[in-house]
Amino acid sequence: MTFVDDRVVITGIGQSDVGRRLGRTGVDLAIDAALAAIADAGLQPEDIDGVASYPGNVPAEGGFVGALSHDIRDALGLSTTWVLSGAETPGQIGTLMDGAAAIAGGRATHVLSFRSVWESTAQAAGRAQALTGVAARAGGHAEFRMPFGAASAANWIAMYAQRYMHEHGLTREQLGQIPLNGRRNAARNPKAIYTDPMTLDDYLDARMISYPFGLFDCDVPCDGATAVILSRREAAGGLRRPAIAIEAAGSALYERHTWDQRTDLTTMAAHDTTHHLWQNTKMTPADVDFAELYDGFSYLCAQWIEAFGFCEKGKVGAFLSEPERFALDGDLPINTHGGQLSAGRLHGYGFLHEACLQLWGEAGERQIPKDVEIAAVGVGGGPEAGCLLLRREG
Amino acid sequence: MTRPQSRILPQVTADSRAFWSGGAEGELRIYRCHNCGRWFHPPVGVCFRCRSRDVAPEAASGRATVAALTVNHHPWFGEVFPPPYVVAIVELAEQPDVRLTTQIVDCPVEDVHIGMPVEVDFEQHDDVWVPVFRPAASTTATRNGGNQ
Ligand SMILES: [Zn+2]
Repeated sequence: MTFVDDRVVITGIGQSDVGRRLGRTGVDLAIDAALAAIADAGLQPEDIDGVASYPGNVPAEGGFVGALSHDIRDALGLSTTWVLSGAETPGQIGTLMDGAAAIAGGRATHVLSFRSVWESTAQAAGRAQALTGVAARAGGHAEFRMPFGAASAANWIAMYAQRYMHEHGLTREQLGQIPLNGRRNAARNPKAIYTDPMTLDDYLDARMISYPFGLFDCDVPCDGATAVILSRREAAGGLRRPAIAIEAAGSALYERHTWDQRTDLTTMAAHDTTHHLWQNTKMTPADVDFAELYDGFSYLCAQWIEAFGFCEKGKVGAFLSEPERFALDGDLPINTHGGQLSAGRLHGYGFLHEACLQLWGEAGERQIPKDVEIAAVGVGGGPEAGCLLLRREG
Repeated sequence: MTRPQSRILPQVTADSRAFWSGGAEGELRIYRCHNCGRWFHPPVGVCFRCRSRDVAPEAASGRATVAALTVNHHPWFGEVFPPPYVVAIVELAEQPDVRLTTQIVDCPVEDVHIGMPVEVDFEQHDDVWVPVFRPAASTTATRNGGNQ
């Protein structure tokens, strides 16, 4: 069975300026992205009757919550029949999947789905300072980590990476091919944050953050917003270009939502959610033309490569040893815009935006040279993961 | 490595009080199910395996094995908790699929490795006893102890 009976398609995408310390609010950036996406779909704001976003009104460090669904709904004067936001969802694109389900269930016709961040501007003073300024006690999932100095996702994910290295022989040189590939692609992306050429030595010599992660294994906070328009298939006929179908979606989590109790520490929720995706399509990994895979940390991208089945379990090191395979002109181009490691932490939506851009042949200088019809998009890390298989129509 | 001057302390809940206060009596208190006999963490009032509500904290041996680790080099907390230090996931001797995220203390960071036997030590801060782990006094003793 296809996702939401194939009743919902992607009809438009939009993105604000992306950069460091743009000095604008997350709401302001999200308005740009929303208006661009609505126009890109060939729609008017009056046509939008549903809004979805991530993460909603949750306590977080500065700039993480760029804009709420209601912020943009109200700013644009939208009249809606359905609205949602949330962080308790399979990856940052989880509420987008719910938007598709809302359309299929008859609750909306055109859903605006977005993610906005302004972490660079909001945290210009630095994260270390933000943490040392916190006198409060650690609650929620931080209760069992913060007292031990496990302050950052860099620490939690580095432990998984080192376990994988221990069991399967993955090396830092192999892991480094992910940021190096991203940097090469970012040079062709005018919106990317880091575009200077990087060598393996640059990568290996960079300041260590949390072994095995050096500075270039960690993505870069930025300001920027990305929006996607989902439409009921029958309402997408008259629009300005062929739609993108959601061939399959994965939203499964088979174990507890945890950073340290997962049975197999060499896997993550990405493995569950991709298993779910492949159960719901006749397609196989061999059908995928290119992949946009979350790289908030380099190792997360490696996990997605394995989870999607682009290599055998335990063999991602060998896959990464052949970077020409996943370069822009390779068999399976990956992170064609530079990923979050070089193009900035747009927090998941940047990958979806790039996948659509490539499928529509609108990626400019970084357009994949071969004809592309099927894209894999994997978003999230640790217990947070959601994925999509996209198919260009027409 | 040296111990930090201060730590961000946990927001202790009714469910987690035994875990954070057991150190006062030198006990690592982990939830255990009285129906299926298995341990679990983090603490909550039902066994996720058999759904029995007959669960309670119980003193574990405090012996564990390093399952995963990272040497943190970034000064997240400034001078009060200086890097480098080791954050690790350890597996309890009683039941390896019960794991704690913790800090490995009292040894050079480069000495910590996956498979290393460790034992609990408690650091008191205010009303909280933080269970950190240090190299086991003797590998042999730990192995024998684990079989008792
Ligand atoms: Zn039980």
